[in-house]
Amino acid sequence: MQFRAMIIANQEVSPGYFRMRMTAPQELAGSKPGQFIMVRVRDAIDPLLRRPFGIFDVGTMPSEYPGCAPATYLEMLYKVVGKGTEALSTYHHGDHVDILAPLGIGFDLGDPDEEKILVGGGIGIAPLYYLAKTLVERSRVRFFLGGRTRDDILCVTEFERLGVETYVSTDDGTLGDRGLVTGVMEQHIKEDGRKKTIYACGPMPMLKAVAEIAQRTGTSCQVSLEAYMACGMGACLGCVVKGKDHADESPDYRCVCKDGPVFAFDQLMWV
Amino acid sequence: MSIPDLSVELAGIKLRNPVMTASGTFGYGEEFAEYVNLESIGAIITKGLSIKPKAGNATPRIQETTGGMLNAIGLQNVGIDAFIEKKVPFLRSVSTPVIVNFFGNTVEEYAELAERLDKIPEVAGVEINISCPNVKHGGIVFGTEPKAAYSVVKVVREATIKPVIVKLSPNVTDIVEMAWACADAEADALSLINTLTGMAIDLNKRRPILANVTGGLSGPAVKPVALRMVWQVAKAVKIPVIGIGGIMTGTDALEFMLAGATAVQVGTANFLDPAASSRIAAEMENYLVENGISDVKELIGALDI
Repeated sequence: MQFRAMIIANQEVSPGYFRMRMTAPQELAGSKPGQFIMVRVRDAIDPLLRRPFGIFDVGTMPSEYPGCAPATYLEMLYKVVGKGTEALSTYHHGDHVDILAPLGIGFDLGDPDEEKILVGGGIGIAPLYYLAKTLVERSRVRFFLGGRTRDDILCVTEFERLGVETYVSTDDGTLGDRGLVTGVMEQHIKEDGRKKTIYACGPMPMLKAVAEIAQRTGTSCQVSLEAYMACGMGACLGCVVKGKDHADESPDYRCVCKDGPVFAFDQLMWV
Repeated sequence: MSIPDLSVELAGIKLRNPVMTASGTFGYGEEFAEYVNLESIGAIITKGLSIKPKAGNATPRIQETTGGMLNAIGLQNVGIDAFIEKKVPFLRSVSTPVIVNFFGNTVEEYAELAERLDKIPEVAGVEINISCPNVKHGGIVFGTEPKAAYSVVKVVREATIKPVIVKLSPNVTDIVEMAWACADAEADALSLINTLTGMAIDLNKRRPILANVTGGLSGPAVKPVALRMVWQVAKAVKIPVIGIGGIMTGTDALEFMLAGATAVQVGTANFLDPAASSRIAAEMENYLVENGISDVKELIGALDI
């Protein structure tokens, strides 16, 4: 659906990273973890296109007005990378943005009896918080969070507060273990032999490494992809990725916006 | 004042208002049904169709530029069989005219597609794409050479009794010459402009941003060029002209009509505002009401020079 959201808070949680809370229609409370939103940053032609963001959280909060029903909120976590996110970072309580949401296919929550392994790299943790919040009610959840340096490690306390076992690593060792998040994750998951599903979001090299581990260990795995896109509804075909059966003569392109952004790792072509 | 008349007729197709959705920016209509009342727009033009499914180009395929966007999708589409099987049933449920954009690699392919589309009752008309700048074959070869354009339009004309629109490329030396060639081959209408070939570069990587290196520029940035070309072509031919290029508002659309367009297509605007086509039609109506104009057709070519 399309709606105008009022910004409630827009806080810099780490240098260059912002967490924004907005009002949302009640229907948004039914969003699935892994779905995303398209934000029109300004009612102008620059920036022109909407920007896609994962849903960091949705929920209800007490109304500002005593006696009124609780209101629905929507949160996103974003990194300032260009014109669109720079403009967003200047917004305050009371400003408005136009939103299309919820879009795409979310994560498959799967079997509650198996263990859930969440892997996030940098800003890639954005869709994993709402996922963790949903999963932790039914399953054991371990969260592996990596980044280049300590400033890229976000919202650890929030995940811990959910009751998720959180493991931090940085490439330069400034916070948590030194090394790649995928290495840390593989060490932790290999010993126990219990059935698991991996949920991952982050930069492409990280996702490739996660997919390799899933393949090697026979673990089921879902990845959430990021892509440039113009529309978010399957029309521009700008955000496609190659599906597992792709060949030039029989194309198997999947739209990240509509067929994803979450894919089972074995549905994609990883070369 | 009574409600102004926004209807126009385009080569026998009656449109409730002049606003159509440009091919490649509106999927097959269904994608937008949640956001826009499809019954409130003039016509739906579907994504460019080929005989066989087409994979399209490698990614990145799109890039925003100042006031516009570049795309090099490469005509990815489901092919005509899947179109008939999976897309037509939805389009049947909509009363708005559906115009199918299509392209081929050869004159024969254009003819074959036109023949097959001729048999589909849900198709109100066809739009020949001879102007996609992003593929080696399929389009632009026929779009830059008047004789080649004539031959394609001619075979399509002979293959279908449905109205034939030809979509013109701005990437030519003389667009009027192209328009004449299409009109000579008995096209029913011309739509212009398709995207302007452009490029974006990543300074730090020293690489082009699009995998295809170049792409087609669309959006508000191209509007002045489009207006000029529509004005030139509309003066030069007797068949109706459809204005396309950076239309974001009712004002933009009406400017194209003053330049000589009988109808318009809204493209890039659909991406940022999925209800843009419907909104633009409403804005046109408001303008007519506010200015005491009873019929939008009064504005066609009414530019005062």
